[in-house]
Amino acid sequence: MCEVIVVTSGKGGVGKTTTSANIGTGLSELDKRVVMIDTDIGLRNLDVVMGLENRIVYNLVDVVEGNCRIKQALIRDKRHPLLYLMPSAQTRDKSAVKPEQMKKLIAELRQEFDYIILDCPAGIEQGFKNAIAGADRAIIVTTPEVSAIRDADRIIGLLEANEIGRMDLIVNRLRIDMIRKGDMMNVDDVVEILSIPLLGAVPDDENVVITTNQGEPLVGDRTPAGRAYENICRRILGEEIPIMEFESNETMWQKLSGIFKRA
Amino acid sequence: MNIMRFFRRKTSKDVAKDRLKLLLISDRANCTPEVMEMIKNDLIKVISKYMEIDVQGVDVEILKTKTENGKTPALYASIPILNLKNTFGNS
Repeated sequence: MCEVIVVTSGKGGVGKTTTSANIGTGLSELDKRVVMIDTDIGLRNLDVVMGLENRIVYNLVDVVEGNCRIKQALIRDKRHPLLYLMPSAQTRDKSAVKPEQMKKLIAELRQEFDYIILDCPAGIEQGFKNAIAGADRAIIVTTPEVSAIRDADRIIGLLEANEIGRMDLIVNRLRIDMIRKGDMMNVDDVVEILSIPLLGAVPDDENVVITTNQGEPLVGDRTPAGRAYENICRRILGEEIPIMEFESNETMWQKLSGIFKRA
Repeated sequence: MNIMRFFRRKTSKDVAKDRLKLLLISDRANCTPEVMEMIKNDLIKVISKYMEIDVQGVDVEILKTKTENGKTPALYASIPILNLKNTFGNS
């Protein structure tokens, strides 16, 4: 049984591609056959985040236009034997693909894979419509900022109108220090506003920048974000894992001094 | 510094949350600026039948209002009256 998940956000720069890369890699490390499709035509990025940019021969548009077979456009990740990437075209625009063509492609890929991860472009135009066309469920990525949350709410409305099967939320780039001071919305605040189920909370972690520089996702690493992404993948597979309690990062001393300051 | 924060009424997070809640109500109500403009123009047309109003000063917006079921969106219109027409008294 194959599940097709679209990773979307509305606003750009909140971590859709990083999330797609880590979820795709994480699920393959949990022994699932996974294909990630970059649907951002004209601005492809998933290949470079995955470190597979030098291995592209054919792309999504080539497949849709019949210039190659599906298998020819799939890049196998040598580090993760069950993981494949279908890159996007860099020199075309969003109108090169239509929702019907995406549905057909996904229907064929369903035979071969357990999970299809669609990395959605920012915005609500053609690219977004293509990405959600064949999806069973959606993961909405947001950061705890007013602009990102507003756009996420708009996306949720559009997905509801398109009768998508299921929607879950990932709150990305949480800064514990700012939350503690009351200068950043916490996970509960964001969930309260958007009122969809929470799939995961990812802390703002410099290791994300470091591993992206190196072209290797950090899911499963012993870093705060690496663990958060691994938990997200396990939740997708149906495991019951409590949301990370960031407060536990507080040292005993910080807790004590916190009590005194408040008194 | 922390004590100051404690006594201060609102943190920046609370401000963000309140602003968002209000904003999303009008976003979700699917009231595009064009629709709001149409409502405003229709209101002006109807009210103008009965009184002289300051058309430039008319303001129509969606706000939250407290009811028994918590907060619900409400349409607020502020329409400054210039002069009450006495025609409708005669007819």
